[in-house]
This record gives sequence, structure tokens and C-alpha cells, in this order.
Amino acid sequence: MNQLWLTAKLDIVESLRARWFQIYTLVFGGIVALLFVFGLTESRVLGFIGLSRLLVTYIQLTMAILPIFVLITTVRSVAGDREAGVFEYLLSLPVSLSAWFWGKIVGRYIVVFAPVFLAMLAAVGWATLRDIEVPWGMFGYYTALLAVMAACFLGIGMLISALARSTDMAQGAAFLVWLVFLLFLDLILLGVMIQGKVSPQVAILVALANPLQVFRTAALALFDPQLIVLGPSAYVILDLFGVAGYKVFALVYPAFLGILSATAGYLLFRRGDLP
Amino acid sequence: MIRFQNVAKTFRRARVLDGINLEIGLGERVALIGSNGAGKTTLIRCLLGEYTHDGEVAIDGLDPRTNRTTVLGNIGFVPQLPPPLKMPVGQLIDFSASLCGTDPQHIKGIAQRLGLDVDAVLSRQFVRLSGGMKQKLLIAVALGRDATVLVMDEPAANLDPEARKIFFELLAERQHNTTMIISSHRLNEVSTLVNRVVELDLGKVVLDDKVADDVSLAGILACRIVVKRAEPAFAKALGAWNFVDQGDGLVWEGTVSGPDRLRFHGMVARYIALISDISLNEAAN
Repeated sequence: MNQLWLTAKLDIVESLRARWFQIYTLVFGGIVALLFVFGLTESRVLGFIGLSRLLVTYIQLTMAILPIFVLITTVRSVAGDREAGVFEYLLSLPVSLSAWFWGKIVGRYIVVFAPVFLAMLAAVGWATLRDIEVPWGMFGYYTALLAVMAACFLGIGMLISALARSTDMAQGAAFLVWLVFLLFLDLILLGVMIQGKVSPQVAILVALANPLQVFRTAALALFDPQLIVLGPSAYVILDLFGVAGYKVFALVYPAFLGILSATAGYLLFRRGDLP
Repeated sequence: MIRFQNVAKTFRRARVLDGINLEIGLGERVALIGSNGAGKTTLIRCLLGEYTHDGEVAIDGLDPRTNRTTVLGNIGFVPQLPPPLKMPVGQLIDFSASLCGTDPQHIKGIAQRLGLDVDAVLSRQFVRLSGGMKQKLLIAVALGRDATVLVMDEPAANLDPEARKIFFELLAERQHNTTMIISSHRLNEVSTLVNRVVELDLGKVVLDDKVADDVSLAGILACRIVVKRAEPAFAKALGAWNFVDQGDGLVWEGTVSGPDRLRFHGMVARYIALISDISLNEAAN
């Protein structure tokens, strides 16, 4: 356990000094700052006003940015470290492969999740100071959703890093994965269904297997519990899970997918050449 | 102590190691030489348990891949190219010391002996150190623990003469209870450090020979050079070796570390037309 924490600490320190982290922090901190500057807490959309309006916008933007950011930065730094000889040296030290791999994941997870969460926390702090009501239930669920989203894409990123032998290949694969998730968002699926190429059940199954869509639907469900904007697919989803059930599914499934991907990555990493 | 038995490694279709059989005993100092692509780095990575391979590699009977922490706890490794670590020097020392179960002060002490002012660079990123400073620190990390095997890839390449002298002293202090594998492209870079030469070519051992072990790692040679005329370039080169001018730049005296004699001769050879007299004598340690 000591080796795992040492590795995690090492990864945190390395990341804090990396340029990608500075940009990453700036992006999420900047989003919250901009949302305040543009007076989003004062505007009203679909009955949402104040901090809930800001949180809804923030989570939508985060869902667009965080997956690709996590995927690309993870594969770039892990595959880049391998190419640059960092693995060759650090793995010549007596650290177990499990402590190294999972330690890297723990460290990276803290670094990836902290700026996103802190930006949201800063928004809550600011709202409290200005006597704006804080929707704690929404804040709690969105935090959990972001935590799971970070874990999901970090796990996938680590799997890609274990599979790809060069930074270029890893980056290309990460981009491709993100693109596939993006292509199978509900609007495209609906289009396919309209053309009659795929049965509605398959289309909805594919949508539910896509973590991006799962997050999107879960975020929608908070301000549209009946998922009216999704149209007929909402019936299938709500019949299958119920409102509360889907909220749980949206946390459990992506977390499972992330852990599964990370475990597969670890098994590949342990089996192959390390540097 | 170290045994390679029929070790083979293939990358895609290229056979980089082709049935390596070697046994290296305690106290042996092996020069692992060969041209680019000969298989030196791959063999070292197999020894460190970093590559999967056919055949067997064992250190004290243990496979470095399946017994990583036990085996690597006894191996000090100095890579040829320092890794671009962004972590501060202090953290690298603490991280290595924690994993190796050694006192960080021990590592710092060795770095100080090599001429690196560790306290002044503790908070500086490793990647921002000069080439020589990085090399000194990596050597300190490798030697700052109770390693019974030292694996070094051109370890003295970036060191100045004074640091090299101390590095050879550090090796001499542990030569009887440590096995050393020193990798290099050229034998003359390491010949005075070793008592056995293993040459690889296209993944095979093409030479495995014992060499004369007359050069003491801690040996010192007293040197006196007389030149025909004062020459600033030569004076500068001798200054780098800590030689002292005995009068008008015509007579120079200093000491040369025993294992460094070949490198010193190489430097002197560039100015051979200037030299009217040269003497090298074994000095008492």
C-alpha cells in the first residue's frame, strides 16, 4: 500500500507541473468564472434560475470537454513517459507492477477530478456568499456524476495506454474512441432508427451502453425527470429502470466500465513489455 | 549469481536477442559492449525484468519478472539517457529511498561526494538539471543503497574528471561484494573499469573474455607534463583535469584516476605535438 501511495504522490507532483494540467484547470475554473461573469445565475431557462441554472450549464459543458480531455491527457502522458524512458528508469526501482499501475490511476484520478470539483465547489461558495440558494441534492448528484465520468474515461485511457506502443498511436486511438462515443449519441441513433436500419431496442441498448449518452441522459433527468426531450426512448428507459433506478444506473454502469477497462489495462500491462 | 540461459527476444519479426547464455559471478565487473542494435539495452531490460522473453534470467536463482521487488531491491541501475522527470530532486531521492528501504541522507551523501550540491537543487525539477548533475544524481540513487548488482549504461559519459575520479573510488569501495555490468558502445570507454568483456553482435555473444585486472579502481597516477610552448587550449583542457601550472604554462602537474588513464591519454594525444616530456607514475592511495 505504501508503494501505491508513493506512486500516486509521484504522479500527482508530475501532473501538477505539466502544462496540460495548467490548461485543464484553467478551462474548468474559467468556465465557472465565465458563467458567473455572464450573469447566468440571473437568467431563467426551463424554470431554472440561480445556482441550479449554472450547475446545469456547467455539467453540460463538462460532459463535452472532460471525456476527451481525460482521454488525451492520460494516453499522452502515460505513452509519452514510456517513450521518453521514464518507465525504463522508474520501473527499475523495486516497485510492484500493481502498485505502479494502480498508484498511477489513483494519482491521476485525484488530479483529473480535483479541478472539476473545485470549480463547482467555488461556484457553491460564491453563491453562498451572495445568498443564492444552493440546490444541494443537485450539487451532490452532479458531483457523483462527474466523479464517475472521470473514473470511466480514466479507466478507458489507461487501457488504451496499455495497448498502444507509441504516443501517436495512443492519441489516435483515444480520439477514435471518443469519436465513436460521440457518433452513437441519441440523435444519430434516432436517425438510424428512422431509416429503419436498426430496431429501436438495439438502438436504445447501444445508447445505454454509451457512457457519454448515459451521463447526458442522467444530467437531463435532473431537470426533466420524465425525459420528455428524449421522445419515445424515454418510455423504454423509464420502464426499464424508473427515475431513481436510472440515476443509480448512471453512476454504477460507467464506474463499472471504467474499473473494467482499467483492470484489462493492468492485465495487459503486467503481461507485456514495460518500457 | 546472474544467469542468462538461452535468452531470446523478438520484436515483431526482428530477433534482437538470439539465445544468450551467460553466467556472471559475484565481484565480476563486466563490460557489455557492441554497436547500436547489438542487443545491449534489450539484455539489460530483460535483466531488470522489464521485457518478457524466451529462456531464463535469474539473479540469485530468482526471476526478476516474478520477484520484482526482491530482485530489484538488490540492483542499482544507471541509464544512459536520464529520464525527463518533472518531479523535484528531493522527491526523486525520497521516492527512491522509500522504495529501496534506504536513508535519503545516504543518497544525498554520495551525490555530495560526486560534487553535486544537493541542498541547492532539492526543489528544482530533475529535468531542469544539467546533464552532469542528472548523471551524478542517478549514480547517487544507484549507489546509495545496498545493491549487490550494479547495471550502468555509460555511467561516466557526462561526468567531469574530478567526479569520475570519485565515481571510480565509489565503485572501488564495493567491488568485492558487488557485481557490475557496464554497458558501452566502445570498449576503450570502460576497459579500465572491468575484468571481463562480453561483446554482443546481432543479439549473440561474439566475445566473452577475461581481461587483465591490473588497474585498481581506486588507483591514482601522478602526472607531469612539459610542453614546448604555452598553449591556451591545452591549458584549458588540463585545467578541466585539475592540473596545476608550475611555471608560465610550460610545466603542468596533477593526478589522474587509474581507470581514467585511457581517457586522459586520449585528451593528451590531441596536443601531442606540443609535448616535450610526459610522465605517469602510480601514486600511493
